[in-house]
Amino acid sequence: MKITRKDFLKILGGSAVAATAGTLARSAASAEPNAATSKAAEPKAAVKRWGMVIDTSKCRESGCDDCIRACRVAHNIPQIPNPKQEIKWIWKEPFENVFPMQQTDYTRQAFKTPLTVLCNHCADPGCVRVCPTKATWKREDDGIVMMDYHRCIGCRYCMAGCPYGSRSFNFVDPRPYVAEINPEYPTRTKGVVEKCNFCEERLAVGKQPACVEACRDKALVFGDLNDENSGIRQVLRERFAVQRKPELGFGPAVFYLL
Amino acid sequence: MFMFDKAIVGSRRYWSWIVFLALVIAVGLACYLRQLSYGLGLTGMSRDVSWGIYIAQFTFFVGVAASAVMVVLPYYLHDVKQFGRITVLGELLAVAAVVMCLLFIFVDMGQPARVLNVLLYPTPTSMMFWDMVSLNGYLLLNAVISVVMLKAERTGVPAPHWVKPVVLVSIPWAVSIHTVTAFLYNGLPGRSLWYTAILAPRFLVSAFASGPSLLILLCLALRRLTRFDAGQEAIRRLGVIVTYAMTLNVFFLLLELFTALYGRVPEHTETFQYLFFGLDGHTGLAPVMWASVLLALVSLVMLLVPGLRRREGVLAAAALCVFVSLWLEKGMGLIVAGFVPSPLEHVTSYSPTAPEWAIVLGIWAIGALLVTVFFKITVSIREAN
Repeated sequence: MKITRKDFLKILGGSAVAATAGTLARSAASAEPNAATSKAAEPKAAVKRWGMVIDTSKCRESGCDDCIRACRVAHNIPQIPNPKQEIKWIWKEPFENVFPMQQTDYTRQAFKTPLTVLCNHCADPGCVRVCPTKATWKREDDGIVMMDYHRCIGCRYCMAGCPYGSRSFNFVDPRPYVAEINPEYPTRTKGVVEKCNFCEERLAVGKQPACVEACRDKALVFGDLNDENSGIRQVLRERFAVQRKPELGFGPAVFYLL
Repeated sequence: MFMFDKAIVGSRRYWSWIVFLALVIAVGLACYLRQLSYGLGLTGMSRDVSWGIYIAQFTFFVGVAASAVMVVLPYYLHDVKQFGRITVLGELLAVAAVVMCLLFIFVDMGQPARVLNVLLYPTPTSMMFWDMVSLNGYLLLNAVISVVMLKAERTGVPAPHWVKPVVLVSIPWAVSIHTVTAFLYNGLPGRSLWYTAILAPRFLVSAFASGPSLLILLCLALRRLTRFDAGQEAIRRLGVIVTYAMTLNVFFLLLELFTALYGRVPEHTETFQYLFFGLDGHTGLAPVMWASVLLALVSLVMLLVPGLRRREGVLAAAALCVFVSLWLEKGMGLIVAGFVPSPLEHVTSYSPTAPEWAIVLGIWAIGALLVTVFFKITVSIREAN
């Protein structure tokens, strides 16, 4: 993309207006009760919105980490020895960390095994809003929050902007820490941010995400939230599901059956 | 450049200082090159505390830069003649501070070679884009103004008329740089320490306390080291500005504490608890914050009692206390604690590593070098007249 001086000035002038207008439009949109779910309730649209339901009771049955290992192999996720600088796409956290406002002294016993967490692929993602280079963006036709590892400048603003802690930064060169490099997916360089991509490279060839396929308990249900007849919509119709931090208005596409 | 001839002639003391700064810069540069090849893993930052002292120092020095307005505004809008001799010093200090800010951002980047992507793919929804626009604009404004003013002084010809509107533009622009810098943080849902509308006013008042404090100290140093005297009245007036700004700063902090501690929403109280007492045994920031509080209170006593403030030695001590207090609070505590507890409720400690400190010191040395050279030029021009 080539930008002339004139274009640049136009963008500069227009963006002042756009920033204000965008903010207003967003606040208007969020005035509707729960924008994310009302969008999902519309009749089948031309565009998809991929989403996931995590059935926590099924997940706890075997308490394995098959999904995490499948993801690690599929995406060349390094095993960084320093736990403070780990790379995580899908992992497990104690219930009280995932739903900090949902626990009481009485419910604390209810969940002893950890829950699976990953990027929520939000309807209005905070990370996309703050990225200064559009290196992370929301794909129009299926709602996946994407990452361009070659455009990312490593400012880590997206990590500050994500209220779910879903993003990791490559503090060091990750390649020496990948056990066996899978040629199907690129490895990353140091100095860029990465996160779960809902296996967009597998969806493109008609496969399910690696974690979903690997789950022996069928605890992960993946599908199109915009398709009324999809399996995920059927689950959401029959069972009460919750999202993480819905009060922030980001509209997560990952739901939990508790 | 036409004025740098003044910067390359100087006493032995001047050159020793320059060589000392050059050495500090060299050490910082060496550490930066190591960071560049190894990655930001060289720092104390982590997945949870993903911004550290680089971004915190950036925030603090945006304040120092913005505070030039505290001499420019009284001089140009209220005709405070006493500031005539130091207005250009304030503007030059702003230039040095903005350069430091840009360097702090640069060393914080994971992929610094790609920094121009911010221009290639301009993204108006990102406050970082606006920060870049406002900081670079402010740098340009102050560079132009100070060069024009110094040239006028040197040649004895009045400054051209077009510079007045440029100066007037620089006044709201100074407010904008620190407002946009606050917007970097206070538009982020889920980071409760920052998610407060009073953050921009807090940034501005702390800037208007720390910047003029630094200017007081620099003016006193200039008087001791050179024949240049900013004038007792100018320094006293700066003292009054620091007094008002520091009082407001403490008041605003108390407002934050009231809302958090009386309202007792866990998310809001936890982060303040971490700042002042620590969480889960992680008490790393508590000494920093208590030192900041103590220095703030001591400075307020010295500033608010007129008899004390008028004594130059006391004012200098108060200015030093204000500067260090705000440096601890804003240049470290406020940014780091914004990440604690993490979105997944983890309490992760952060402290800068040795190479990280060396890089920070290197950038300070670059700032000090710029201020030294700029002030040397200004003072030499005035001594020649």
